[in-house]
Amino acid sequence: MTRHIRHAGYFCVLLLVALLLNAARVQVVQAPSYERNPGNRRPDISRYEQPRGDIVVGGRPVTGSRDTRENLRYERTYTDGPMYAPVTGFASQLYGTTLLESAEDGVLSGADPMLAPFPLWNDFTRARNAGGDVVTTLHPAAQEAAYRGLAGRKGAVAALEPSTGRILALVSAPSYDPQPLSGNGSAAARAWARLNADEDRPLLNRAVRQTYPPGSTFKVVTAAAALDSGVVTDFEAPTDSPDPYRLPGTRTRLTNASKSCKDASVREAFTLSCNTVFAKLGVEVGGRDMTATAQAFGFNNGGLRIPFPVARSTFDTTLDKAQLALSSIGQYNTRATPLQMAMVAAAVANGGQVRDPYLVERTTRPGGSTLVTAGSRAIRQAMYPSTAVRLRTMMRDVVESGGGRKAAIRGAEVGGKTGTAQHGLGNSGTPYAWFVSWAQGDRDLAARVAVAVVVEDADAERGDISGGGDAAPIARAVMEAVLKSP
Amino acid sequence: MSKAGITVATADPPPPAVRRLPRRRGIELALIVLAVLLSVYGYCAVGLARHGTLPPGAAGYGAGLGVLALLAHLAVRLRAPYADPLLLPIGVLLNGLGLVLIYRLDLETPGDRAAPAQLVWSTLGVALFILVVLLLRDHRVLQRYTYVGVIAALVLLTLPILFPAVNGARIWIRIAGFSIQPGEFAKVLLAVFFAAYLAANRSALAYTGRRVWKLQLPTGRVLGPIVAVWLVSVGVLILERDLGTSLLFFGLFVVLLYVATGRTGWIAVGLLLAALGAVAVGRLEPHVHSRIETWLHPFASIEAGEGANQLAQSLFAFAEGGLLGTGLGLGHSYLIGFAVKSDFILATAGEELGLAGIAAVFLLYGLLVERGFRAGLAQREPFGRLLAVGLASLVALQVFVIAGGVTGLIPLTGMAMPFLAQGGSSVVTNWAIVALLVRVSDSARRGYDGQDAR
Repeated sequence: MTRHIRHAGYFCVLLLVALLLNAARVQVVQAPSYERNPGNRRPDISRYEQPRGDIVVGGRPVTGSRDTRENLRYERTYTDGPMYAPVTGFASQLYGTTLLESAEDGVLSGADPMLAPFPLWNDFTRARNAGGDVVTTLHPAAQEAAYRGLAGRKGAVAALEPSTGRILALVSAPSYDPQPLSGNGSAAARAWARLNADEDRPLLNRAVRQTYPPGSTFKVVTAAAALDSGVVTDFEAPTDSPDPYRLPGTRTRLTNASKSCKDASVREAFTLSCNTVFAKLGVEVGGRDMTATAQAFGFNNGGLRIPFPVARSTFDTTLDKAQLALSSIGQYNTRATPLQMAMVAAAVANGGQVRDPYLVERTTRPGGSTLVTAGSRAIRQAMYPSTAVRLRTMMRDVVESGGGRKAAIRGAEVGGKTGTAQHGLGNSGTPYAWFVSWAQGDRDLAARVAVAVVVEDADAERGDISGGGDAAPIARAVMEAVLKSP
Repeated sequence: MSKAGITVATADPPPPAVRRLPRRRGIELALIVLAVLLSVYGYCAVGLARHGTLPPGAAGYGAGLGVLALLAHLAVRLRAPYADPLLLPIGVLLNGLGLVLIYRLDLETPGDRAAPAQLVWSTLGVALFILVVLLLRDHRVLQRYTYVGVIAALVLLTLPILFPAVNGARIWIRIAGFSIQPGEFAKVLLAVFFAAYLAANRSALAYTGRRVWKLQLPTGRVLGPIVAVWLVSVGVLILERDLGTSLLFFGLFVVLLYVATGRTGWIAVGLLLAALGAVAVGRLEPHVHSRIETWLHPFASIEAGEGANQLAQSLFAFAEGGLLGTGLGLGHSYLIGFAVKSDFILATAGEELGLAGIAAVFLLYGLLVERGFRAGLAQREPFGRLLAVGLASLVALQVFVIAGGVTGLIPLTGMAMPFLAQGGSSVVTNWAIVALLVRVSDSARRGYDGQDAR
C-alpha cells in the first residue's frame, strides 16, 4: 500500500507542477498580450484614475478634469470648447483622442517616461505620474478674433509668427464642443453620432486636415519662382502676355476678371490678379523650377507635424504645359491647407525663410518645471531675400490699391493676396474665398503675423463670395489682435 | 580445565529503544503566531493602500484570528500532542489570507460585505476543529458509522434539488438567511465512507473475482455498493449541474481504489470512464459545452464585441499581477464581477500578490497535501491510511480543479478554493478535514516505533 500511496502523492505533485507552470505562463509569458487585449479595461482604468494634464493658452488652461466617481474616474472638461477644438481635439473615454490631446497624450496622461523622477522608476513601482501640462503658442486674442470672424460660416483660419513658426491662431468652422464626447455614457455616443452625421463635418479640422485649391493666392509662389529662376528680372517691366491666353496644346482660353491684364507687368498683374500672366509665367518657369519652389514653401511634404499631422498640400509633379499653366494659378491638382498658405505668406514676410510651424511652446511637469521646449525648427530658404523684398512690395500693393483693401490696418504695414478658387464639376461649386496676408506694426522690427483665411460658404450667392470681401476682414481682425498685444 | 560447563552467555539483544518522535508543539505555536501576523499585515496593507491609514478593525481582526488559532492550538496540545505541527498553521494562514482577500474585495462592493460573515463561519469552522480534536479520541471510531455517514451524505447531496437554483446550479439550501452548500459536508462523509469500505474490502477487491484479459474484475457483491454510491452521487451532481464536485468525487474514488487495491487497471478504467463521461457530457449538456468553448477560446466574446467574459477577466487579472503583483488593494479583479469572492478569489491573489504570491499559496496547499500523505504513510492500519490519503487528495483535487479552471488550464467548473474562498460550508468543511488529518497524524506519530510501515 505504501508504494501506491507514494504514487498517488507523485500524482498530486504533478498537479501542483502543472498549476505552477500554467500560472507562470499566464502571468509572465502571456501577460503582455493579455494586457494589450482590447477587452482588458485595466489600461483605461489606470489611465483615467487621475486628472489629466491641461492644455494652456496664454497662461490659462483651456481644459480641465472632472471627477465622476465612476470606474473610469476622471473626465475631460473644456472651457471655450468650440473655439479651441481645432487645437485641443477631444479626449474621449469611448472614442480615443485627437489633435493635441492625441499628440501630447503621453505628457497629459502621465504615461510619458520623461515624467518619472528617475529612469525606469515607474516600471519598478508600477506608479503612473501625474499628468504634465502642454503650453501652446496660441495667441488667445487672435484665436478669438478668428473664431468670431468665422462665426456662422464654413472655413478656416491659420495664423503664424513668421520669424519663428509659432502658430498664433488655428480655427476651423463650424466647430464643435469636445466636452460631450469626454465621457463613456450614452450621451457621449449620441453626441458622437450627431457630430458624425452632420453634413457640415464639424469634426473636420479644416485649418490643417483639409486641402483646398488655393486659387490666386498661389500666385505668390508662382511669382517667387519666376523671380528666383530669372524668368522675370524686372518685376515692373511689361510681360509679353496675351489676353485671353490659350493654354498650350489645347483650345481652352483663359480669361481674366480685369480688363488691363494684356502685357501687364508682374507687379500690376499681381495686384489685378491676372490669371493669364501668371499661367504663362508658370509655363515659362517650367515644371521643375515651379515644383522646386513650391516644395521649398512646404508643398508635397506629408510629414509635417505641429505636433499632430498636417495634411499634405500638393503641387503635381507630372504635368503637361496646360496643366502646369492651371496649376500655377492654384487650380488643377494644386491644393493647400490654410496652414500651408499661412506659411507662404510668412515666408514673404520673413525674408524668404520658411520655418516649420509648431503649436507647443513647451511641456511642463505637474509642478510647472519645464519638461521639453519646442527647440529650434528647420529653416528652408523658399526664395532669395531680394525676391522676398519684391514680393512684399507686391503684396503691399494688393492691400493698398488692389482687392485686399479691407485688410488695411492703420499704423501697420500690411501685405496680402486675395484668391477665389473655382472648384466642383465644371467649376459649378460655390468658389472658396481666400485671403493670405502678413502685418508688421510701424514700430516692429519684423512682421509679427502671417494669416491665411479660407471661407467656403455654401449659403452665399455665387458672385458675392470673394477673397477681398469675405476673407480679408477676418484676416485683418486676427492681425490687429496680434499687433495690439505688446 | 575443561571448558565444559562453561557456557558463554550470549547477551540478549537490548530491547529496541522506543524512539518517540518529538512533539514539536512549540514549532506549531511559533508558526501559528507567524500566520496570524502575516494575515494582520495583509489586512493593514489593504487599508494603507486604499485609505492611507490602518483599517479601524485591524486590532480586533488580529485578536479574533489569534484567539481562534490559540484555542485550536490548545486543543491540539491537549488531545493530539503528536500531531503534525504544520497542519494547523497552514489552515490558519490560508484562512487568514482568505479573510484579507474577501475584506479587500468588500471595499469594491460596499453594499455586499462578506468578510464579517466569513469570520463568523471561520469561527464555526475552528469550533468544529476543536470539537473533533477533543471528542474524537480515535479516528477508527468513524469506521462504525460508515453506512450512517453515507446515507447522510446522500441526503445532503439530494437536499438542494428541493430548493430553487442559484446562478444555474442547485447546490444551495437557504435556511434563515444563511446559504448552505450541503455538498461540501458530503465530501468529508463520502471520503470517510470510501476509506472505511475499501479498508474492509480491499483484499476482496484485489484478489477475488474473474480475470478478464489482464484485468482482475472484483465480484459484484463487493464492488456493488461502492459503485452504486458513487453513481448516485455523481448522478445527483449532474442533475444539480455542479460538475466540479462530481469531478472531485470521481477523482477521489479512483485514487482511493488505486491506493487500496494497488491495481493499475483501476486507473486505466477510471481515466477511460472519465474521458467517456467528459465527451458525453460535453456533447449533450449545453451548459458544459459552453464552458469548454470558453476554455478553448477565452477571448471569443471580446472578438464578437460582447466584452470580456469571466474567464477572460480572470486571465487579465492574473496577467496584470505579473511577477510581483500590484500590491494588496491596488488591483482591479472586481471586474470579474459575479463570484469574484468565491470561485475566482484566486484571481485577486494573482493580481495583487503576483506569481510570487500565487506560487506561495500553491505551495501552502502542496504542503498541506504532503502532510496529509505523510500521515497516511506513517499510519499503520488501512482505514487511517486511506482516510488521510483520501482527505489530502480531496484538497489536492479541489485546488487543481478550481485553480486550473480560473487560470485557463482546464475548463472552468464552479468550486470553492479551500479556505480562501467566500463560503461558510466550505470553510467549515475544510476545518473538519484539517481536524481529521490532525487526528490521524497524531495517532500515526504517537504509535511510531522507528520503523517504516510496509
